[in-house]
Amino acid sequence: MGNETGIGASILRKEDLRFVTGKGQYVADVQLPNMTVAVLVRSPHAHARLVSIDTTAAAALPGVVAIYTGADLAADGVGTLPCAWPVTGKAGMASREPAHPPLAQGKVRHVGDPVALVVAESLVEARNAAEAVVVEYDVLPAVVSVLAALEPGATAVFDDIPDNVCVDWEVGDSAATDLAFTKAAHIARISLVNNRLVGNPMEPRAAVGDYDRSRGKYTLWTTSQFPHIVKLLMGNVVLHIPQHKLRVVSPDVGGGFGVKQFHYAEEALVTWASGKIARPVKWVCERSEGFISDAHGRDHVSEAQLALDEHGKFLGLRVKTIANMGGYLSTFGPNIPTNLYGLLMAGVYTTPAIYCEVKAVFTNTIPVDAYRGAGRPEATFLLERLVDVAATEMGIDRAEIRRRNMIPPDAYPYQTPVMLEYDSGDPGGCLDRALATADWAGFPERRKASAARGKFRGIGLTTYVEACGLAPSRIATRLGARGGLFESATVRVHPTGQVTVLMGTHSHGQGHETTCAQIVSGKLGIPHDNIEVVFGDTDRVQFGLGTYGSRSAAVGGSALSKAADKVIVKGRKIAAHMLEAAETDIEFRDGRYTVRGTDMAKTFEDVALSAHYPVDYPLEVLEPGLEEQAFYDPVNFTFPCGAHIAEVEIDPETGVVELLRYVAVDDVGTVINPMIVAGQIHGGVVQGVGQALFEDCVYDQETGQLLSGSFMDYCMPRADQVPRVEVETHITPCTHNPLGVKGCGEVGTIASPATVINAVVDALAHLGVMHVDMPASPNRVWRLIADAGFTPAKAS
Amino acid sequence: MKIQLTLNARPVAVDVEPHELLSEMLRDRLGMTGTHVGCDTSQCGACVVHLDGASVKSCTVLAASLDGATVTTIEGLSDGTLHPMQQAFHENHGLQCGFCTPGMVMSAVDYARREPAPTEAGVRHWLEGNICRCTGYQNIVSAVLAGAAAMRAGGEA
Repeated sequence: MGNETGIGASILRKEDLRFVTGKGQYVADVQLPNMTVAVLVRSPHAHARLVSIDTTAAAALPGVVAIYTGADLAADGVGTLPCAWPVTGKAGMASREPAHPPLAQGKVRHVGDPVALVVAESLVEARNAAEAVVVEYDVLPAVVSVLAALEPGATAVFDDIPDNVCVDWEVGDSAATDLAFTKAAHIARISLVNNRLVGNPMEPRAAVGDYDRSRGKYTLWTTSQFPHIVKLLMGNVVLHIPQHKLRVVSPDVGGGFGVKQFHYAEEALVTWASGKIARPVKWVCERSEGFISDAHGRDHVSEAQLALDEHGKFLGLRVKTIANMGGYLSTFGPNIPTNLYGLLMAGVYTTPAIYCEVKAVFTNTIPVDAYRGAGRPEATFLLERLVDVAATEMGIDRAEIRRRNMIPPDAYPYQTPVMLEYDSGDPGGCLDRALATADWAGFPERRKASAARGKFRGIGLTTYVEACGLAPSRIATRLGARGGLFESATVRVHPTGQVTVLMGTHSHGQGHETTCAQIVSGKLGIPHDNIEVVFGDTDRVQFGLGTYGSRSAAVGGSALSKAADKVIVKGRKIAAHMLEAAETDIEFRDGRYTVRGTDMAKTFEDVALSAHYPVDYPLEVLEPGLEEQAFYDPVNFTFPCGAHIAEVEIDPETGVVELLRYVAVDDVGTVINPMIVAGQIHGGVVQGVGQALFEDCVYDQETGQLLSGSFMDYCMPRADQVPRVEVETHITPCTHNPLGVKGCGEVGTIASPATVINAVVDALAHLGVMHVDMPASPNRVWRLIADAGFTPAKAS
Repeated sequence: MKIQLTLNARPVAVDVEPHELLSEMLRDRLGMTGTHVGCDTSQCGACVVHLDGASVKSCTVLAASLDGATVTTIEGLSDGTLHPMQQAFHENHGLQCGFCTPGMVMSAVDYARREPAPTEAGVRHWLEGNICRCTGYQNIVSAVLAGAAAMRAGGEA
């Protein structure tokens, strides 16, 4: 029975039943007795001095329980929201980490910066009071784009950081790269923008704080991907609550994509306020409020050059990027455009010399942090656009130039010139399959057919690698992480043989209740239905680092595999005693401990019962009970890779890009549940397609006002805008974790922006277009077509 | 304002505020949290319910206007066993985080009842007002087609 519901089975998800019936329990659904409602007063200005905050009139309104400002937090010793992953820049320069108080003090630094917290009996009363809080601002000039932030004399976001630079970082060998460029037969160049995005999980963020005075204990319900980290950062750094007096619960969470893997001000505010008023405090973010308070993603401006020899072989790569950090550092801010970006610049290629410089800068915009893919989509976009430019300029087929430079399968483990060592992969195999599935060779005919209908057709190709399975603690801490990145899992066997699994990871769409149970079902040979998976409650799960960076299966799943192995080992001791045989003679298979070569056996249930009813039990040498916890710290990242192909058709009259076909061939390592993996890739690809064709976070460059601040203005991909994604896997198992898994959560988003834009550029190449910035909106594409002097036949 | 309506096949009498939305009445007043709120501009469709048999975004309906109305939410779609559309979402992996799911299912049921000949393009067009961030819509579309076929086979559509 283990094999039917173990690793590799496309079994349906356990968690579905509560979601399809509306029984999911999200933070906004939490109702506690005597609960109050909180609303935040947020800055309408991108940059201003706080002259005064007058709460007198607001406090007198009906239903108001309390109003707090930054001064109240300061008086109470509330700390700053911490950055958990600073980096070290050139010449040992440490990231600058300015204070980030949960309520602004002295200055506001972005539209949406929280200024006051209003707590009232009802939402309506809280809103009314928030409108009555009088804040006097001395408005300052705002610095919005990364280029503006670096101009001489630019407004300083922080008075003590006059150049607006958080860190000036580098990786690779500058001299070796310069030397490679002196030998180049051709140098391809590109300048590009990786546009700012808003992650927009469908469930807006929410938080409920509750202080139990009788026990001196705080509970925070929050929409978080990593409740244990919130507990640690908020408890230890911000609110100074001892860890045993703080419980953080993340129940059902409606999507994360990175947006919910940061410690946010609102979490600390409702927790702190619940202690002040000794009543529960609930805050539920509105969508438009989320646009100005959720950390954003991407936002790079880059220049890069690729040196090639006369055969199109890559000799060297030089990258210079400016990355936006926003108005404060979010939890992982500086790590994203550095370690998760520069270290990926080898891609799947044998480029011998690479040098990447990244300047992370402060601006008067919402903080920027990880968003699905986090650094790796940006690296892939830059590299794969640049490779296409090189291929076009040198007249080499785009698949061929990639093949000539690809790491061959027998070169793994492969040490890149930018720190990472890839353990396994076969990107060439992925490429061959993608080319065959997408009928790359047949494209010219399809292009002709489109042309006959007056349409421009293009095909685009991308190969990629990502580093995920975050992370080996030893490497991560060397790269700046202020904490380990191992994972924990507990297998709790009940007296009757059913199992509760406690995971330190979280699940907010990934289906871990199903896949974790598959790992255990396969290991212990017990039915999938006999396993329940628990996560997201720091009082139930001892510790864990949470879910992000495609780490849950590779790190959490490996911890779970270890814990199940420990259960099997202890069970073997019990069975050996029961069967009066030597431990070494007991084999465990399909849920049965058997004396080798005999039919004498005890089932897993027999052993579980014996462990809890220890009559016939070796109590003198073995503790009763059957529960094991394991911690797993990987030795390396995992490195999914693959090849994606997109085909588009452009209507030159309207500039509308239609995505006709999308083929993804990915090496995600061992697949635990093919149905779930395909679902992750469908969703990931479409999220990247969103960036490529639709989504754009637009600020007014003068005022710092967010212009795309709602679903009316920010174009989320809809059902009628995307095709089916054709998913194939081409597996090389990870060589260093017990399951061979690599991770599948981000691959789609990493590859698809570059793939789609490569197709769009190909469709426009006959007009001399070499690059299109994202999103390739109808307006942008139409202008490119018009600027090229093309007039549609019908219009002429 | 006092109103009487039929909610999930049961008569309900409620005293609502003039500004109260159907979504607010369901969630905050009646504790029916299966109807989700994912935006504030009536774009996302997470709050879709049936009003007098037709799908509506419950964030666009004033509760005070519902005297005498019949409302069905995700909680009232089935009793004990899954509705064929719920079953189809489960079988086709048509959901991930589950937040958009109640609105998707309610919208899909209305589509299946209205459309005698469901098509992939038709489903995609119909679901244009329901945003999902997780699935890329692919398995949702498969689920709606399968659910519509099952509803037809069961005589519901």
